[in-house]
Amino acid sequence: MSARRLRRLVGRAAFALLLAAIALYTLFPFYWAVVSSLKAGSALFTVEAFPARPAWDNYAAVFRDGPFARNILNSVVVAGSVVAISLALAVTAAFALGRVVFRGRGLMLSAILAVSMFPQVAVLAGLFELIRALGLYNSLGGLVLSYLIFTLPFTTWVLTTFMREMPLELEEAAVIDGATPWIVLTRIFLPLMGPAMVTTALLAFIAAWNEFLFALTFTLTDEMRTVPVAIALISGSSSFELPWGRIMAASVIVTVPLIALALVFQRRIVAGLTAGAVKG
Amino acid sequence: MVARARRGLSALALERRRAAWLFLLPMVVALLLVAGWPLARTIWLSFTDARLDDLAPPAFVGLLNYAFLAEDPEWWGAVRNTLVFAIVSVAIETVLGIVIALALDARMRGRGLMRAAMLVPWAIPTVVSAQMWGWMLHDQVGVVNEALLGLGLIAEPLAFTADPDLALWAVVAVDVWKTTPFMALLTLAALQLLPGELYEAAEIDGLGPVGRFFRITLPLIRPALMVAIIFRTLDALRVFDLMYVLTGGSAATASMSVYARRHLVEFQDVGYGSAAATGLFLVIAAATVLLVTLGRVRLGAGEPGR
Amino acid sequence: MRLTLAAALAACFAILPARAEVTLTVSCGAVGIEAALCREGAEAWARETGNRVEMVSTPAGSTERLALYQQLLAARSGDIDVLQLDVVWPGILGAHLLDLAPHVDRATLDAHFPAVVANNTVDGRLVAMPWFTNAGVLYYRRDLLEKHGHPVPATWEALAETAQAIMQAERAAGDARLWGFVFQGRAYEGLTVNALEWIASHDGGTIVDADGRITVNNPRAAAALTDAAAWVGTIAPPGVLNYAEEEARAVFQSGNAVFMRNWPYAWPLLNAPGSAVAGRVGVAALPRGIDGGRPVATLGGEQLGVPRYSRHPEAAVALVRHLASRAEQKRRAIAGGFNPTIRDLYDDAEVLAANPFFGTLRATFENAVARPSGVTGGRYNQVSAEVWNAVHAVLSGRSQAAPALLRLERNLTRIGRGGRW
Repeated sequence: MSARRLRRLVGRAAFALLLAAIALYTLFPFYWAVVSSLKAGSALFTVEAFPARPAWDNYAAVFRDGPFARNILNSVVVAGSVVAISLALAVTAAFALGRVVFRGRGLMLSAILAVSMFPQVAVLAGLFELIRALGLYNSLGGLVLSYLIFTLPFTTWVLTTFMREMPLELEEAAVIDGATPWIVLTRIFLPLMGPAMVTTALLAFIAAWNEFLFALTFTLTDEMRTVPVAIALISGSSSFELPWGRIMAASVIVTVPLIALALVFQRRIVAGLTAGAVKG
Repeated sequence: MVARARRGLSALALERRRAAWLFLLPMVVALLLVAGWPLARTIWLSFTDARLDDLAPPAFVGLLNYAFLAEDPEWWGAVRNTLVFAIVSVAIETVLGIVIALALDARMRGRGLMRAAMLVPWAIPTVVSAQMWGWMLHDQVGVVNEALLGLGLIAEPLAFTADPDLALWAVVAVDVWKTTPFMALLTLAALQLLPGELYEAAEIDGLGPVGRFFRITLPLIRPALMVAIIFRTLDALRVFDLMYVLTGGSAATASMSVYARRHLVEFQDVGYGSAAATGLFLVIAAATVLLVTLGRVRLGAGEPGR
Repeated sequence: MRLTLAAALAACFAILPARAEVTLTVSCGAVGIEAALCREGAEAWARETGNRVEMVSTPAGSTERLALYQQLLAARSGDIDVLQLDVVWPGILGAHLLDLAPHVDRATLDAHFPAVVANNTVDGRLVAMPWFTNAGVLYYRRDLLEKHGHPVPATWEALAETAQAIMQAERAAGDARLWGFVFQGRAYEGLTVNALEWIASHDGGTIVDADGRITVNNPRAAAALTDAAAWVGTIAPPGVLNYAEEEARAVFQSGNAVFMRNWPYAWPLLNAPGSAVAGRVGVAALPRGIDGGRPVATLGGEQLGVPRYSRHPEAAVALVRHLASRAEQKRRAIAGGFNPTIRDLYDDAEVLAANPFFGTLRATFENAVARPSGVTGGRYNQVSAEVWNAVHAVLSGRSQAAPALLRLERNLTRIGRGGRW
């Protein structure tokens, strides 16, 4: 075995070890969540690798004690709508910001970013008034509206960056053929932006999915709550007790479909490459 | 291209500009509708003595709130905590994110597992995962201490979230766990958009994998990576739930957002809290300007494409 | 789409003949027995009066719940008609709440613990009805105390000595995990509660007195905090500096502590099947600071109030009267172990049969000391944050007690604008 091959082998082994460590770091807490969700009562306060008598009842209790299925549906509807609206608005804006030179472009990008620089709690009161004024309090529409405040700047910026990195030649040929900007955007760029769009959508979806403060403040009844709020509102028999088993069961329930969804999307991302669409 | 007729270009460019504004309009209107009033309100209130428990309309007090803010050592402590937290966690997340993205991009064994693994931390809502880590890090009944004791790495349990020397690092560790997937996914998307021939050319030039990464890949994914870093930094500088859930109101780990929320909500001091929120905005703006300059992110000038 | 639907619905209701029936929105507890009991009580009232009630679940954490209420009340929202209020909120939210005094007769009010009624009276207005009370108690391991021949400690000093002795003996015998005492040491409201118990039981006052004078900077308070700081790392685990109620219960319930300061909610949980200490736990009043002194427990508990912005104030007040009534409090005490605020219920045979320790702890509940939330009003949270920060600094060894209290006094003077509040 040559020295070079040996070095390569060691390098690969080290890399694999690093990945294994990362996988352990990422997965262990989830494993622990599953274990916790199977524990009842004071078993939560003991450390054991797997509960001797798994308490499946926690899972049943999640659906029995509140409209949890409805909460999941709410989250899907809200996060899905937010992503769809943000992407639709952002992709045209990104074309303008990424492909066209005009005065005030830098200022515009900075202003969009500035919206993301205020802490959530500071804009909470203003948004609350806005939502009440529009009659959207305690409705999913109010949540969709308020989530745009953090998804729009993000999607616009990310798509602008990817749009800007597209090779110039692609566009030039079309422009010389007399294509309008709309045609250029929809026919040439959109198909190529696949991986970037899916990634941005996934990131925005998860941000909306996990949002807590707005969802808590802008909804009132259990039927309108989203998943994070519903989970956070699971409580014990008194205001001090923390029913950890049920909270973890609910967390595991919402995690599994999300991972499945992400896996499907991930395949799409990789598919974008193998299709070999982008060639400079 | 140089040969292109000047007049033709400007007519075309003019049309493009008009189209650009038309394309921008819906997004700008939507953003103004959502963000305009809340932001303007916060900034305005920061110059008043508004209180939540005072039903009378607030009075204008000029820069008084800001003067108090500048003098409050607790605020500067929060600024320091937040900056340390943001720099350390974003740095670690960037490195780990790139490593994961490269692994997912390469055709290597265990890629599927990795792909699923990296998404898990994210799918659990932060309010829950922060609490979960709180219990895992508990000094008496936590699994982390149990594991470290079992491995013989420590002699007695560590109070991760109570010890002022450890608490901030515990928060960093949880944040890295939670948000590395964000960096990894965006980096991966950038890698996917890279043209394949580049690597073939590099192969011929005899560059090793490490050289290939630093000489070819990194410069090419820099714009996307910078955007990911900017947004991660924005989020890290606004960090709230992690500190709030893991360490409560402890001054040793309070972040700027925790400080702003405490005054805005718990102390009912809307005017002062708004000033703190605006101060937080200014700190973030400064950090962003720094990142944009250092990372040579193009904002205004420059043609698209390479 | 939404709007037209709403308009159509509104039109439908307009056509219906006007009826006395109203729908009240009630916020009490989240899920669990607390909410279930409240729901039963409210629905019983609704059936009797021909109205309807709708329950709203709010966060169990009191800080989050307060933030939500403040948001709603600041926007003058009529979305919630009956609010469940923590014992320290009447001062904070009082301006937004209806005066209930004209709707409650004197005799009814006098049946409640006077301390709670006083706590709920802000600027001469009764802004909330007492619903259930709460007070800190001392849990101890009966088996360990008996085994080592120690009585239940009557003073903090005795508690520290007993804890130390049992800890040493048990650790020597191989139980390396055992600690002496756990309490709520995290920098949050619970630490203010604990600190008030230490300070007041040492005759060190209640931080701010009833006239708004700041009394916390005194040698007895300093001595109390110095004693408490000495516990951390000796009889209390270092992690106690980040324990809230549940973290403390986790340690005690897994058999790793001799004593615990907590609320009565822990009692049924500690004795539930699966608990490592089931049947081996006793409850007592908290220790005194000095021999001959009196034990002090901080007043907790929940009240019911009606926002000024309620669309049906009369019905809401009627519901509050029903929920806070003698019969309802008795039902809740038997079914859920919630401590009544009506005094003679502690002599009720059925209540005592369900909750044996109510009788012995009656004095604790009756004499519980309120946090200075009434006199400091809307600034109470700020006061409490200053208190817990100062106490946390002392407990974690970042500051000595005397200078910390001096700083605390200065900060409180600034917040209270020299005692005017």
